[in-house]
Amino acid sequence: MKESGQDISQTFSIAPPDEASGKKLGVRTPYLGLFFLGLFFFMVIFADLISPYDPYASDLSKGTLPPFWEKGGSAAHLLGTDFLGRDQLSRIIHGSRMSLIVSLGCIAIYGTIGVILGLISGFVGGRTDMIIMRLTDIWQSVPGLIVILLLVSVIGPSAKTVIISIGIAGWPGYARIVRGECLSLKQRDFVRLAKVAGCSNIRIMASHIFPNTINTLLVLTTMDIAGIIVLSATLSFLGLGTQPPSCDWGLMLAEGRQYITYAWWLVTFPGVAIAITVIGFNLTGDWLREILDPKQVLR
Amino acid sequence: MASRKDILLEVKNLKTSFFTKKGVIKAVDDVSFTVKKGEVIGLVGESGSGKSVTSLSIMRLVPQPAGKIVSGEIIFNNENLLNKSETEMRELRGNNISMILQDPMVSLNQLLTVGYQIGETFKHHGKADGNLLDKCINVLKKVRVPSPETRVNNYPFQFSGGMCQRVLIGTGIANNPELLIADEPTTALDVTIQAQILQLMKDLRNETNASIILITHDLATIAQICTKVYVMYGGRIVEKAPIKDFYKNPQHPYSEGLIKSVPVLGKRVKRLFAIEGQPPNLLHPPPGCRFEPRCTKAKKVCSQKYPPEIELKKDHQVSCWLYG
Amino acid sequence: MKVFLLKRLGFAVFTMFFVVTIVFFLFRSGEADPAAIMLPPDATPRDMEILTKNFGLDKPLPIQYLNFLKNALRGDFGKSFRYNEPAAKVLFERFPASIQLGVTAFFFSAILGLSIGVLSAVRRDGWIDRFGRVLALGGMSIPAFWLGVMLMLLFSVNLGWLPVAGRGEGGLDTLRHMILPVICLSGYPIALITRISRSSMIDALKSDYVVMARIKGVPEPYVNIIHAFKNASITLITIMVPMATVMLLGSVVIETIFSWPGIGRLVVESTFARDYPVVQVFILLITFLITSAYIVADILYALVDQRIRFQ
Repeated sequence: MKESGQDISQTFSIAPPDEASGKKLGVRTPYLGLFFLGLFFFMVIFADLISPYDPYASDLSKGTLPPFWEKGGSAAHLLGTDFLGRDQLSRIIHGSRMSLIVSLGCIAIYGTIGVILGLISGFVGGRTDMIIMRLTDIWQSVPGLIVILLLVSVIGPSAKTVIISIGIAGWPGYARIVRGECLSLKQRDFVRLAKVAGCSNIRIMASHIFPNTINTLLVLTTMDIAGIIVLSATLSFLGLGTQPPSCDWGLMLAEGRQYITYAWWLVTFPGVAIAITVIGFNLTGDWLREILDPKQVLR
Repeated sequence: MASRKDILLEVKNLKTSFFTKKGVIKAVDDVSFTVKKGEVIGLVGESGSGKSVTSLSIMRLVPQPAGKIVSGEIIFNNENLLNKSETEMRELRGNNISMILQDPMVSLNQLLTVGYQIGETFKHHGKADGNLLDKCINVLKKVRVPSPETRVNNYPFQFSGGMCQRVLIGTGIANNPELLIADEPTTALDVTIQAQILQLMKDLRNETNASIILITHDLATIAQICTKVYVMYGGRIVEKAPIKDFYKNPQHPYSEGLIKSVPVLGKRVKRLFAIEGQPPNLLHPPPGCRFEPRCTKAKKVCSQKYPPEIELKKDHQVSCWLYG
Repeated sequence: MKVFLLKRLGFAVFTMFFVVTIVFFLFRSGEADPAAIMLPPDATPRDMEILTKNFGLDKPLPIQYLNFLKNALRGDFGKSFRYNEPAAKVLFERFPASIQLGVTAFFFSAILGLSIGVLSAVRRDGWIDRFGRVLALGGMSIPAFWLGVMLMLLFSVNLGWLPVAGRGEGGLDTLRHMILPVICLSGYPIALITRISRSSMIDALKSDYVVMARIKGVPEPYVNIIHAFKNASITLITIMVPMATVMLLGSVVIETIFSWPGIGRLVVESTFARDYPVVQVFILLITFLITSAYIVADILYALVDQRIRFQ
């Protein structure tokens, strides 16, 4: 019943035949998004080569220097320094790694749980399906933030806590979507053939159904990374995530907030880094969704 | 030719295109025809031949933003519809010109009662004077929906496909339009209901002298109620003929193919006739006659120039080089 | 329909129970020892013992669990370690501040998001659509806390137009204090509502019943609202009802940045202090509200879409 509007739109056949595939043609390549993503991965890969200073080396004599174009700034520290005299540009460059590690860690955990549960649920069906879906419902009625709060208060704040807690909280989305894909793939001829040919269920799931969900998962993962980067930065900002002296954009913002009245650059540039990265992932995700066109992902 | 005042609708050189990223699709390409008052004409052709786009062009409801009426004239009651404002068009729609879509199940809004959806036709044309409910019930009575007093408050999902189609027809004829365009009104229905629906349309014509354009790919339907047939192929009309001529003596090779592909009761054939090949790609139409690639009688000129319309006899025109 | 609602209700109760149990055991399994948290470092072992007994922490875990359930049913969720007051009371004292912010932000984002989304769909590729797309991308990509800090930097620190933090002293002052938090809290919801309302409106406007309505001569405003928006609202209910509840509970982030005395900030503080009775009540409250939100959403579905009633 919820999808009524979408299915109906396909039935009106007044559009000329070529219009049917026209959806994919109208998609513009997100140059801006890809550029931002490229920049992000460039920082991740070459962090050690391109950052001008050791991001952890502090020099109190050079504390809170403004960026080079401000009065008192110098070309030595392009984006200025923080209160411990650490070079902000270097810390931002290195911070990209933390973002990637945390988001990939989360996706690895909840992707695995979600995909496995979704495959089982969709493929086995019946009672198993019902139980898994009920569990998913329950899980979805508990906001992810709660799980994180719980875990932080139990095992203490750290990057590891963030990864584990988002990992535990995030799987229902994956499970639902993989289940949906699995249900429709199950009806396809190649899966039936594999069954007739005597493939074991696990084999069918792993080598016939799962590979066909990759497109959907790719879209989902790209969009999710964007969300996780924001969430993990938020947690670090609140002091519930990564702890000092790590290079983490959220943490940098939290540290800089105390100096908001006279060191605006400390609360500006890490945020710009987050925004640019997240915009990159979001634009790319939108684009992937348009060209790969998975049915199950909500717009 | 009939006198001017007998003519209800005259479409002249209508061109409607879809502007897609891939290129311009000429869905309707230079189509002209007339509909007289009280006449039932059939617009025949395979899907994608431009029938539906022609009718939506008459309604000025070509899907936006890709679709656009490029040129031509649509003269309805001596007024060019293409010069009318959107407000004027809205007042004509559902009142003077009406249309029935092909899929009854999705053409009704599932979230609104049938009564409300019929009532809209009255309400937005200033005809909802107090007894709106009675008027809606009357519409349902007219199209013979059983127990209309209770059904009027039901939702479309409580109706069967045939009943939904009746509701749509009822809505279409509610204001006694001068022109009713029926886009495949019977395709989604089974045969017995088809006959009833056709009867309803005949009654409408007889009672109100409305003109009907019946769009279909089903020749049997055409034979039952139409007086004239316009055959469309690849966005153009290839043959215009009175119904009898069309069945006995189709002139265009495409029409001939259409007639041949209808199975005849009592006549055993080894294999049913089928026109070879695919409908033309309107993004890159053949340079000459659109049907040339599939035509068994094609000559050299057919692939170079589009044939002019040739009048074979009164009311029977064909666009084909065989006669030119 | 009634059966369906009863089922949902049963499910909600089960979910609550499930969450309570998990929360209870998770907290007890952690290294957090309330006695150690509450007492000064120089407390004697005797003090520890008394306190442990006071909180019923000397009994075996299953007994503690049963006691906890029994008390919870009576509305007693234990005492806050920090305030030495009933945890529920501590939490509900802070609730009005959160509701004030959350309700305002929800209506702000609903009105803005829906109007931009619907207008974008009606006039596709128009200037509202273009603006809406940029807004949606920004709202999805810019973290609320950074937006908060930036707005604060601009309007409070540099321009001095708006207060930096706090709830204000009633009247106009409160309003001035609310502006920045409400904008920050609304960023993501506006983006989401804009996106979803735009795409579901576009889907609805493409459908046959909309064409049919136009054929009948229904004026465009009616087509958009009665035909298209009603259908689009089904998807919107799905996201907006849970969203409203989450916003009602206040934002941990926004309240922290703007020192807004709501429950979000309380929970963060309690988490750091390992004041778990308070966190527990918060978790129960949020689970309760969200499960009820799903029931509310189901009722709304049934109101909009009669098909559900007949299933």
